[in-house]
Amino acid sequence: MNLKLKALLKSPWVFHVATGSCNNCDIEIIDCLTPRYDIERFGMVLAGSIRHADILLCTGIVTKQCAPRLKRAYEQAPKPVIVVAIGACACSQGIFKDSYTATVPMDQVVPVDVYIPGCPPKPEAIIAGVTKVIEKIRKSS
Amino acid sequence: MSHRTIIPIGPYHPLQEEPEFYQLLVEGEKVIDIDVRIGYNHRGIEKLSESKSFDKAAYLVERICGICSTSHPLAFVQAVENISNIEVPERALYIRTIIAELERIHSHLLWVGLAGHFLGYNTIFMWAWKYRESILDVFETISGNRNHYGMMKVGGVRRDMYEKDFPWITRELDKVVDKVIMLKGAVLDDPVIHARTKGVGVLTKDDIINYCALGPTARASGVDIDVRRDDPYAVYNKLDWKVIVRQEGDVFAKTVVRVLETLESLKIVKQCLENMPKGEIDSKPKDIPPGEGIGRAEAPRGEVIHYVRSDGSNSAVRHKIRAPTFMNFPTFKKSIVGQTVTDATIILAAIDPCYCCTERLTVIDAKSNKEVMGSRELIKLSQEKTALLKKEMGIE
Repeated sequence: MNLKLKALLKSPWVFHVATGSCNNCDIEIIDCLTPRYDIERFGMVLAGSIRHADILLCTGIVTKQCAPRLKRAYEQAPKPVIVVAIGACACSQGIFKDSYTATVPMDQVVPVDVYIPGCPPKPEAIIAGVTKVIEKIRKSS
Repeated sequence: MSHRTIIPIGPYHPLQEEPEFYQLLVEGEKVIDIDVRIGYNHRGIEKLSESKSFDKAAYLVERICGICSTSHPLAFVQAVENISNIEVPERALYIRTIIAELERIHSHLLWVGLAGHFLGYNTIFMWAWKYRESILDVFETISGNRNHYGMMKVGGVRRDMYEKDFPWITRELDKVVDKVIMLKGAVLDDPVIHARTKGVGVLTKDDIINYCALGPTARASGVDIDVRRDDPYAVYNKLDWKVIVRQEGDVFAKTVVRVLETLESLKIVKQCLENMPKGEIDSKPKDIPPGEGIGRAEAPRGEVIHYVRSDGSNSAVRHKIRAPTFMNFPTFKKSIVGQTVTDATIILAAIDPCYCCTERLTVIDAKSNKEVMGSRELIKLSQEKTALLKKEMGIE
């Protein structure tokens, strides 16, 4: 395991990108930071800037306005970066599939590593998803 | 003359959960103008709703906003019930009231937490969100989901509440009452919070009337409006509660209104649990006749209006939604101009903006502005629909 990856897995900083969601997955992400769930146990901190991020937590259906911005946000993140699609909208566009502002599913805009389904997924599910991918990378390298 | 600068905030900014873009034009430290650009969250829900049956549309409008996820379906089912004067069983009305008020409690606690965070009081943020979890537990017991409850249905509610859960729910709510009273003391008696929020972002009564602002924003400026009392729906007219009104119009008054409203809502839920009658929860309406209906509900942020027109089929031919933030956010022009940059965030947060509610409307509103994305597609869609209708009706 190279040094960069080791540092990433020790304390992954997360950045939250909402691309046309209903606020609910976003609220559940912030819920993860609060006392009952407290993801800081795993060294995860909500990063203020995309340039400091190790994990992108993406929600929403990727609307026409957000698609280029999501792509740009991904390009600005230092690599390697893990992309987590949170919620039914991010995984499959959910109920908004036929909307005229929905573009393509999120995994066609940026490479997605983890899908966390649910409307909205419980904070436990979000934490489980993120810790699983960390575990997987640790084992495979 | 001092130097003018533009401070861009967003669309992806650590302060915001949703993508939105503010431009603050500042002169020195003073904000002299603000420009808000939204539309990142627009999902075309009004249009989608026309392609879904009334039962499915209740689920769809729930996904307008994750925080007001009862007000929208409640207003929608009331609009549909208004078309054909459907009688709703009383037990269902009680359950609707309980869900709507629990939502107000969790939304206001969420706002108090975020406001504390913006002021640099992370303790309040953590406290408020911790106590909010008990409310979400109650939701999970009643509906099976922490958010997006899926309880509203045309003619009643989808799930019944079990009497055996009531003692536990009452105990949880009593705990929350104690915590909210504690939070009230911590927020309202703190000299630093007084210094940061009193006299900041003042909206006078005239401003509120001119901008047609709603909800706690209006009630904090001495405008005594509340749909729950003025046009009673569910069972609000049978319960004992009062509308909280303050005269000052600053951020502090808005905080006071929200904290006190939380206590009122807790009172309402407890009364509902005590007085809930037994019986049916669904009147099982069969067909919706052609006609128009309007549904109003008081969301945590203000009044939600849904307008539904039916042609006798099982889906709406027109569904119009007016969310409270749409009326509230133009008040930024009044409240933020002349204030300092340091107070900008708390003033912007004070109306409890919810852009995913608002977005759908802005795109339709932007017809005259060709630069705004979506308008051309919308006009094209509209023209296509006319062509389709003409074809169906056999008019060339």
